[in-house]
Amino acid sequence: MSEILRLDAVSRHFGGLQALRGVTLGINKGEVLGLIGPNGAGKTTLVNTICGVTPANSGAVTFMGRDITRIKTYQAARLGLSRTFQIVQPFAEFTVLDNVAAAALFSQPGESLKSAREEARAHVAFVGLEAQAGKSAAALTLAMRKRLELAKALAMKPKLLFLDEVNAGLNSAEVERATRLIHQLAADGITVVMIEHLMKVVLNVCTRIAVLHNGQLIADGAPRAVISNPAVVDAYLGQQYAKRNARGD
Amino acid sequence: MTRVNLALLVLIGCVAALPWFGGAYALRLGTIACMYAILALSWNVVGGFAGYPSFATAAFFGFGAYATGVLLSDGLPLSLAIAATLTASLLLAVLLGVVLLRLRGHYFAIASLSLVEVLRELVNNATDLTGGGMGLNIPLASGSGILADATFFFFAMWGLLLATALMVIAVSSSKLGFGLACIRQNETAASMVGLNCTLYKSIAFGLSAGFVGAAGGLYAAWVHYIDPSDVFDILYSVKPIVMALMGGLGSPLGVVCGAFLYLGLEEVVWRNYIQIHSGVLGVLIVMLLLLLPHGLISLRPGMLRRKPKHV
Amino acid sequence: MLVAQVLVNALVLGCLYACIAIGFSLVWGVLNVINLIHGSFIVLGAYLAWGLYQSLAIPPWYALLVAAPLFFVFGYLLQRSLLNRVIAAPVLVTLTLTFGLDLILNNAMIYFFKADYRKLSLHPSMGSVSLFDVVVPVDRLIATASALALTGLLYLVLRRLRVGRAIVAVRLDRDAAVLMGVDVKSIYAIAFGFGAALAGCAGVLMALIFPISPLTSSTYLGKAFVVCVLGGLGSVSGALAGGLLLALVEGVGSTLIGPAHATTLSFALLIVFLIARPQGLLGRKGFE
Repeated sequence: MSEILRLDAVSRHFGGLQALRGVTLGINKGEVLGLIGPNGAGKTTLVNTICGVTPANSGAVTFMGRDITRIKTYQAARLGLSRTFQIVQPFAEFTVLDNVAAAALFSQPGESLKSAREEARAHVAFVGLEAQAGKSAAALTLAMRKRLELAKALAMKPKLLFLDEVNAGLNSAEVERATRLIHQLAADGITVVMIEHLMKVVLNVCTRIAVLHNGQLIADGAPRAVISNPAVVDAYLGQQYAKRNARGD
Repeated sequence: MTRVNLALLVLIGCVAALPWFGGAYALRLGTIACMYAILALSWNVVGGFAGYPSFATAAFFGFGAYATGVLLSDGLPLSLAIAATLTASLLLAVLLGVVLLRLRGHYFAIASLSLVEVLRELVNNATDLTGGGMGLNIPLASGSGILADATFFFFAMWGLLLATALMVIAVSSSKLGFGLACIRQNETAASMVGLNCTLYKSIAFGLSAGFVGAAGGLYAAWVHYIDPSDVFDILYSVKPIVMALMGGLGSPLGVVCGAFLYLGLEEVVWRNYIQIHSGVLGVLIVMLLLLLPHGLISLRPGMLRRKPKHV
Repeated sequence: MLVAQVLVNALVLGCLYACIAIGFSLVWGVLNVINLIHGSFIVLGAYLAWGLYQSLAIPPWYALLVAAPLFFVFGYLLQRSLLNRVIAAPVLVTLTLTFGLDLILNNAMIYFFKADYRKLSLHPSMGSVSLFDVVVPVDRLIATASALALTGLLYLVLRRLRVGRAIVAVRLDRDAAVLMGVDVKSIYAIAFGFGAALAGCAGVLMALIFPISPLTSSTYLGKAFVVCVLGGLGSVSGALAGGLLLALVEGVGSTLIGPAHATTLSFALLIVFLIARPQGLLGRKGFE
């Protein structure tokens, strides 16, 4: 498997707070990587650093052989790095369709507004929002807004997609639906990195898990192996979960 | 071309008929009306479309006035001077924009306001070039006769207004306009989807300054004498905003209607209450902002209101 | 010694600048409103001092005691009735609104007081003191001392009194303050009242030194702006730092390249700070 993204000793601090400490991680093409860890571990910061929102203070980030450590956000988007936000960020006045069209329009060169809107229809249908296509984004429920985020991210034709807690705030039916979508993405060949707290989803979908704790990578490998790792149990999963897991629940 | 934009062009077309209905006074009023509409439409590009509250209009108006004044004093023909002024204002704005547009909200507003002060002082001190505080006399640029002069400048300003309106219509229905709308709603999300926000904002800022500068230039040629505190007047920054707020932020048609309405009110107040005219303007502003925050356009039937999708 | 004179002038002027700016800074920092009426408040305070001295021979330091409560009430009512309605509105609306209100106040002053420059001359004149070749007029000295006293008073109020702590709480985190049971609407009005009172008192002090006219209100406003951006918002130390820096830059600049460029210099400095260090010397980042 070829490596699509590589982090080499990436560190990032905010004033006195060290958010990422020397994280070294390789992500392979076609993987579905689960990024887990307690709150404040630095998971979202890691995504922000890769995408250029909060560039690394030291270390290097390489994407498809290209050094993107100092890249600007919009350049990362155009290169094929796409992400969703934990706190959704729609264009509130635009319709659902125009929200997705915006993503298609600006991330691909040579698009026109017309062709972007046509492409957007397909992505809107993929996430099941066709009925809301003409409605303003502000009128959507949270679950729909999360799907809109996903549609926008997909409209950018990403090579690497970061999903930041797409399942937070969703009920179990909605979670099932989201999981199916992610399976479909993986099948379409998109490399996915998901930040997730729902272990059920992680174990269901991910081919590999990386664990962050206090800005450091404390485990990285096959899902079953990682969740039985004592350091991971201590830092995040807890004894109860480990016991239930050992019993095979 | 949308219905609203068509209505805008029709309105501007009607204004052109003014010389057949009035004498020198009407022409003077009409010229100022066109000038105000140019300022308001231009401001709307950066303030209404992109959502950046710029108070820099006076800076570029003054810059344009002096640029044309100096060029005319050097013997350049008017059309060339105005064209050069438009280009220079646009480029200056793009350059300044790259720096200033990194700021948001209040800080951007203050920085743009300070620009007016800084440019005024610079012009004030460059006495050799601009005449400094003593003002600049500008040679007559057109034919003789008061009415001929007035008619010429009316049509010149009107022509500039038409050009500005066409520019605004082109922007609003283009990728640029769509991008500015994205920036206005959520700048972070806009850069996340691959939009180069700095570039788009700078272009918007440049476009909003170019026609303002040209209008300042025409104004200078028209009045034949300018001085720094006359053309670098903060009111030239605030009035377009009031006009835009009156007519309905973001809508070009609304903004132009706001400009015409504002001028009408200003004339009535000036003629009847000259001593307290700025106080009355103040009252107008306060009432407008408290009672009609979305402008006149919010009073109109649904068809002309800004819909959720891009114009 | 020229250097010493320039420095002492800067020190004296700096404290005055801080006094001009402190009310403006408080309102901006706490309510997130740029109060364009501030300059006119100062001028109005100067007129009050002048009027009291001319008609009742009340010297300015007693005029302070009259100005403070009067302006507080004025400011409180203004905020409660008008400004409160746009408190959550975008920058554009609040700036334009206070601009409109300033037009009204300024026009009223020109109408009633006329635009001529007036001077409050104390009888007998107080002369000046000199120490080691450095000369300072006594009235400036008194104004500076009073300015420092006022800023010190605000500092104590913000540190020690309950209402002061509440104001600081709202400035730091509005939502948290609400959760702590602070009546934010009242605090806004009180803070604005304080801002107006401080402006009025600053005006009284300015009357001792500078000529009085409604035409000077934009100059005071401009100074307040620059001091806030240079020093940082919402804090007394910020206003002092900003005031001293501005006075120093103007003083040194005047000496080196002439007084005509002093204003340009201050606004250019403003723009530099906005770009390079928008939070000012002592402010917190992210304060829009």
